[in-house]
Amino acid sequence: MVSDDDTIFDKQRSDNPRQPAMAMARREALRCLAWSGVGVVWMMRGGVPRVFAASDPTLPAQIKRSDFVFAQISDSHIGFNKEANPDPGGTLQAALDQVRTIRPAFLLHTGDVSHLSKPEEFDTAAQLIGSTRLETHYVPGEHDVLNDDPNLFFKRFSPQAPQGWYSFDYRGVHFIALTNVLNFKAGGLGHLGAEQLRWLDDDLRDKSTSMPIVVFTHIPLWNVYADWGWATDDGEQALALLRRFGSVTILNGHIHQVIQKVEGNVVFHSAMSTAYPQPAPGKAAGPGPLKLSAEQLRSALGVSDISVAARKAALTIRDHTLDRPVTVTTDSFFDSIFAGD
Amino acid sequence: MFYSLKHGRQRHFAALLMSLFAAPAVFAGTNEATQTVTISNYAFAPNTLTIAAGSKVVWVNRDDDPHTVKSTTDDVLKSPALDTNDQFAFMFTKPGTYRYFCTLHPHMQGEIIVR
Repeated sequence: MVSDDDTIFDKQRSDNPRQPAMAMARREALRCLAWSGVGVVWMMRGGVPRVFAASDPTLPAQIKRSDFVFAQISDSHIGFNKEANPDPGGTLQAALDQVRTIRPAFLLHTGDVSHLSKPEEFDTAAQLIGSTRLETHYVPGEHDVLNDDPNLFFKRFSPQAPQGWYSFDYRGVHFIALTNVLNFKAGGLGHLGAEQLRWLDDDLRDKSTSMPIVVFTHIPLWNVYADWGWATDDGEQALALLRRFGSVTILNGHIHQVIQKVEGNVVFHSAMSTAYPQPAPGKAAGPGPLKLSAEQLRSALGVSDISVAARKAALTIRDHTLDRPVTVTTDSFFDSIFAGD
Repeated sequence: MFYSLKHGRQRHFAALLMSLFAAPAVFAGTNEATQTVTISNYAFAPNTLTIAAGSKVVWVNRDDDPHTVKSTTDDVLKSPALDTNDQFAFMFTKPGTYRYFCTLHPHMQGEIIVR
């Protein structure tokens, strides 16, 4: 059965060589899901699509090994004290309570940990986030590198990456942290720079196209709204390096609202802030903090969780606002398969 | 006793009046003028400001987000991060065009033309 599926996969891929290989694999995976009634399950493991008989007694264990959830928080702006949210520490705490409910494997923070890069703001944030005891991977926002020395942030939040960019693997998924808030030029946007792009090229060189990629950064890599600086001027060069991969998820913060876009195999997702919301692109005179009532505020702040679902070789992103309890799905994999998905 | 107190008050008042009038006069001696650039809604207003050499410019941040004032090509203007209502002042003595931007929001740009 495995070899039959592989044959179909290869044939279809050769029929249409312009299609990225992984798009085919995903389509096949979905097709196989439609067959799930006859007992075939596709799974991503270490970037390699594999097929299992649903009757395989090892399957539940296989699924458990392949599926995991991680969470993203962003823009905690500890130190902000204006009308839009006089207590960003309190709302960060509420967000972390939601994270605890999600029970992720680890946490990503996509920048603007602090509001004014002050040591005491970093202290408060580190203390609150550290209380989750979750491994947390950070990238800076422009508010974290206000001083001439961005090393104050890097030393504390990514000591292994003094220049702000790094990567790591987790259960077959490759995670890449990019920093696009340094060396801003007048009239410019978010900026990665030639050195970081060279590093990215090197980092990706030996990776299989079937390996799911998660990129996290502060400012959107895609052009959300350049008039407000919500874009990265050399983001396209990074995307060009990523397009050959079958599953790319790009997570960012900075714009304090959920905006999602899918472009081929690339999913772009902007997370909510845990501190204050900002207006929709172009819907206000400027992008300044939106002032809401205390009740409304919690519906505009939140966290995201990202499930790596083996069966789709893709990631599912859910956004949770602070005003509603997080619902946790456990082992919904089998349920959805046998319900016909 | 009462008389001398009243007299003292008058003297004090006269000195106060003198200082009120004297202060701006002294100020004007070294300063042609002080001009203000307001930072609001992620923009510098006025965007282009023309002043005489010897004028002082004060930038005032009215946004709920910090901004900076930094020369585009050098470090002539280099403010710290200005939080809400913080100000940054600079005395322009040499004629020329001074372009600047916000290092946090680099799409924000302005210029001072000194004649």
